[in-house]
Amino acid sequence: MSKRQSIAWLSPFVVLVLLFFLVPLLYMLITSFQNSDGFTLAQYQSVLTNGYILQGFKNSITLSVISAVIALIVTLFAVYAMMRFSPSMREKILILTNLTSNFSGIPLAFAFIVLLGNSGLFTLLFDKWGIDTLSSFSLYSWGGLLLIYIYFQLPLALMLLYPIYDGIQQQWKEAAALLGASTWQFWKKIGIPVMLPGIVGTFSVLFANAMGAYASAYALTSSNYNLVAIRIGSLIKGDIFAQPELASAIAVLLAVTMVTAMLLSEWSISKTRRKL
Amino acid sequence: MKKRGFADLFFLLLALYLVLPVVATMLYAFATKWNKTILPEGLTFKWLATLFQDAEFIQAFGRSVLLSCGAVLVALLVIVPAIFVIVLYFPKYEKWIQVAVVMVYSFPGIILAVGLIRVYSKLGVSMILVVLGAYVIGILPYIYQGTRNSLRNVDARQLLDAAQILGASKFQAFTKILLPTVYPGLFAGALLSFSVLFGEFVLINLVVGSRFETVQIYLMKKLSTSGHIASAVVFIYIVLMGVLTFIIAKLTKQSKGATNG
Repeated sequence: MSKRQSIAWLSPFVVLVLLFFLVPLLYMLITSFQNSDGFTLAQYQSVLTNGYILQGFKNSITLSVISAVIALIVTLFAVYAMMRFSPSMREKILILTNLTSNFSGIPLAFAFIVLLGNSGLFTLLFDKWGIDTLSSFSLYSWGGLLLIYIYFQLPLALMLLYPIYDGIQQQWKEAAALLGASTWQFWKKIGIPVMLPGIVGTFSVLFANAMGAYASAYALTSSNYNLVAIRIGSLIKGDIFAQPELASAIAVLLAVTMVTAMLLSEWSISKTRRKL
Repeated sequence: MKKRGFADLFFLLLALYLVLPVVATMLYAFATKWNKTILPEGLTFKWLATLFQDAEFIQAFGRSVLLSCGAVLVALLVIVPAIFVIVLYFPKYEKWIQVAVVMVYSFPGIILAVGLIRVYSKLGVSMILVVLGAYVIGILPYIYQGTRNSLRNVDARQLLDAAQILGASKFQAFTKILLPTVYPGLFAGALLSFSVLFGEFVLINLVVGSRFETVQIYLMKKLSTSGHIASAVVFIYIVLMGVLTFIIAKLTKQSKGATNG
């Protein structure tokens, strides 16, 4: 293939990536350091001294970490149980999981309103049974958000963990058993250490997934609950009070948080690899 | 053995947790009245019928299909040839595509939205086209995965060379030999991309807003006005996603089977 031909085939793609990905992100980065006078760090200063925005970061990070940890623990056991099913059954489960992984954002928030909203199925049920602690549960709060976040983390966690689990071979278990190891010892000494890099990697993907989520929280609490993504959304959407420079700075810091999580996981993966 | 029971419990929990909201919403779409009772008082097709008579919904559905299909088509026309050229002729540059894939996949819409608005809102370009462009790039990971897996299954370079030795032109070799072999994987990737875009809300809502009302924006609007209509919308959404997931699974199996068997 001649040079000219290959350039002709490649350039539309490169132009699209530049126009709709790299340039906007770069421009956002530049904007975050700009105001009407030119270069400034004022936006970052106001983000880092603004208690409300910092609280948004704290809420987002807490929600992301907790939802990721719970999803990880549940799927770890669930995949373990799944391994006993026949391959065709496992395949069916994976297809269903795939389907629910598409179930996110506004439809997901609505589904939880049907279940646990003010006149939701379970709210009524708990009311009838007289379990006041449960019937007074408010979906439009931290607890409700956590339930929804866990929901959209679960399919992703399952799809990421399944291949890692699948990599643990039956022969290893048999070999360990022959050498006198109990099931518990096998998992403690072999299974978990082998899977650990994969688990850490999965955790960082789940964390990033939750940090960037916007639609379900917006649909449920319509920007009342203080999360980073919601803050960014309301700063760029308000036509009168739009503060794009501030929004850019928050968005950059959000990106930094996610990249840091990725780097931390890379670092701990390489550390565990060396130990093995 | 006791530990197995423990694991089974978690599996059941997971399955229930994933299935329950879907089932409840689907039931709600057919419920006559469901405000005070545990189960719906009766079943009806009224909500679905109302929805299908609502011109606003039909238009929103049309817009969603148009926007998602448009983005997938552009992606197929622009991204697939680029992947082909790089994988077949410049394999050492493939890592750059992989870097782009990882970046696109990990950058959430909420961050990209800020940049897109900053760059394009004052230039006077149609913001719908901006969202379309962002969608095309947004589905790069799925298109790449679909294309790459199929190309890996067949030794594409050798196949092309063989066809050309036997007298086929480059164009013939490409359209008659290579394209049919990668077709199932490509099609699965396209469908997956479509279903992802169909559920997209962040970019369309923040960058364009209610000026271009898609199904997701219509649903958001109905959330506060009518729960029954909202559940009918979600019902249709779930059915559509179910059909797409089923076809994708069949295609993926087929494209795997073609090389294993």
